[in-house]
Amino acid sequence: MALALPFRRNQESRSQARAILDHEAKRRRVIVTPEGVPLQFLLASRGARAAALFIDLALITGAIVGLTLILITIAQKVGINLDRSEETAAGRAIQAIVVLWFVAMFLFRNAWFLYFELGPRGATPGKRMTGIRVAARSGSAGGARLTTEAVIARNLVRDIELFMPLIFFFSAWADGGDTDMASWAGLAWFLIFVLFPFFNRDRLRCGDIIAGTWVVEAPKRKLEQALSVAGAARGHSQVTGATYRFGDADLAVYGEFELQVLERVLRENRAEAMQDVAATICRKIDWVAGSGDERAFLEAYYAQLRARLEMGMRFGKRRADKHSGGN
Amino acid sequence: MNAVTTGIARTVGGWFAKAPEQAVAAEQAALRSDRFRLGREPEWKRLEAIVKRMEQGRVRKLSDEDLLALPVLYRTAASSLSIARETSLDAALVGYLEALTQRAWFLVYGPRASLWSWFKRFLGGEWSASVRGLGIDLAVALALMIAGTAVGWLLVASNPEWYYALVGSGFADQRVPGASREVLRGTLFGNQGQEGMSVFAAALFSNNAQVSILCFALGFAFGLPTMLLLIQNTALLGAMLWLYHGQGLLLDFVGWLSIHGTTELFAILLAGASGIHIGRAMAFPGNASVLDAAAAAGRRSAQVMTGVVLMLIVAALLEGFARQLVDSTPSRLIVGGFMLVLWTGYFFAFLRRRLG
Repeated sequence: MALALPFRRNQESRSQARAILDHEAKRRRVIVTPEGVPLQFLLASRGARAAALFIDLALITGAIVGLTLILITIAQKVGINLDRSEETAAGRAIQAIVVLWFVAMFLFRNAWFLYFELGPRGATPGKRMTGIRVAARSGSAGGARLTTEAVIARNLVRDIELFMPLIFFFSAWADGGDTDMASWAGLAWFLIFVLFPFFNRDRLRCGDIIAGTWVVEAPKRKLEQALSVAGAARGHSQVTGATYRFGDADLAVYGEFELQVLERVLRENRAEAMQDVAATICRKIDWVAGSGDERAFLEAYYAQLRARLEMGMRFGKRRADKHSGGN
Repeated sequence: MNAVTTGIARTVGGWFAKAPEQAVAAEQAALRSDRFRLGREPEWKRLEAIVKRMEQGRVRKLSDEDLLALPVLYRTAASSLSIARETSLDAALVGYLEALTQRAWFLVYGPRASLWSWFKRFLGGEWSASVRGLGIDLAVALALMIAGTAVGWLLVASNPEWYYALVGSGFADQRVPGASREVLRGTLFGNQGQEGMSVFAAALFSNNAQVSILCFALGFAFGLPTMLLLIQNTALLGAMLWLYHGQGLLLDFVGWLSIHGTTELFAILLAGASGIHIGRAMAFPGNASVLDAAAAAGRRSAQVMTGVVLMLIVAALLEGFARQLVDSTPSRLIVGGFMLVLWTGYFFAFLRRRLG
């Protein structure tokens, strides 16, 4: 229903259109490729980034627990013997397992993000699931190529943002020190870094600043069917066999914004919304269409409106929405 | 005349043979923007398939033709996008092209090299180049470390109580002020029989690497915490030096320390210098914006830091094995000195001319 609103509420539609555009404009950044094509990126929302981080942390924890269990099982098979000074084959095997564990812990902590973000997707499993990725920021220097060093830098800083307060707290706890103090200090530290993305325009965390990166949405879209070559757009309605032809005056009432809303309504293909929109258009252009054939009516109107507007574009006349003049 | 018409007929026939469906559809499409779209759709689809396979990490399975076609197809998509933005009001089409061009752009202008070839370039000169790029910050970090050692020594010399504050409980088992010469000597020599050295080395590495990463990352706060960390850690060293000096074991202690210490202290020096480098770039960005300066410094020091982790692996191996196995001061000094010369030579002389 919300989609049909611009057709219905004349007064509010304009401000509403603006509001929708502005909402995204805040997150929109443009990078000009070396070919001179401006590409638009949407900065990832903070919620998506937090979700990605939680997923990654859960996966890392799972991997650590799993690996530890596997190593313990192996150690038990070997015959567990915590007296490491024993100069036997079993003792050496246990030693090797402990070394392996240390190395694996180090890698999980530091290399997980590194490995995945250097891949062709530029995203850890968590980021992939939330549909975001790491990209190079377009600085005033212009070059926006994500480099290996940048990924290393942004992930080394993660260490102080995330793991430091935890370690701080646990070491205080293990030393039997003042855990209250430690946890408050750790919390304050943690908050500074967690809230960092809220205090700059590009939603950078400290690691992003140092590495010259940002996190953007990585949309994937399927190529949809062209609406203007199918069904009644080409002439006859499949249902009634009627042909809808609109005059110039009938098409002159709407602009690009309404065309795109119409496109969305047609793609979603919900009978209720289509009836609503068809009725509104009919009222606006004083047209009487039989009910039951709304889709064909809208398809025809869409194709002809688009043809008219695109013709205008070719002559350098664009019309943003129904309120803007210049037919 | 005849040859020309057959030529044209063949060309036209060629178009139709390639994609008869598309051509027929394009013929029938009423809108110019739809004809444009139907004519280029196969190329976009092909690009999408290549991008998808590359994103899934199956680059090996791509044919050479596809790999070579990627940049060309990317440019086609980019130009299609700019045309579509100007001529088409099909929002779904523009959205599709926008997303497709972005994905292809990330691949075409993504990280240039595989991890392995990056690593080769890294060892083959880029590491030492970025170490030299730290410039004055190396000197600052070195000065801080020397100052820290001196401060540690002087503090403990003036009042031995400081020793406990500086060294903490970790090292102060037998090595406390007032310990006899024999006890101290015992900590330096005769540990060959000790087992579990590999575990010890791995734990040491893990700990040291984390400390040096901290050193680097704290550079973010204008480098001040990095400086404090450097001074604090070397003050500990100064205190220990004083302790062994008191029993006339200074040279033996230096030998014991140098075997891994030259590598480890060098690594800490580099980590500290990286932190200071970032801090300085943010505090005094010069003509660049703060963000650009921080990013440039960050990338350079990230390279140094990768090297620091490698150095710490070497240091841990030396500490875990070589120190216990080499049991006389002169040979320890030789190993330590050799490592120092090796690193210095590698950073400041090796391949310098070729890479600048």
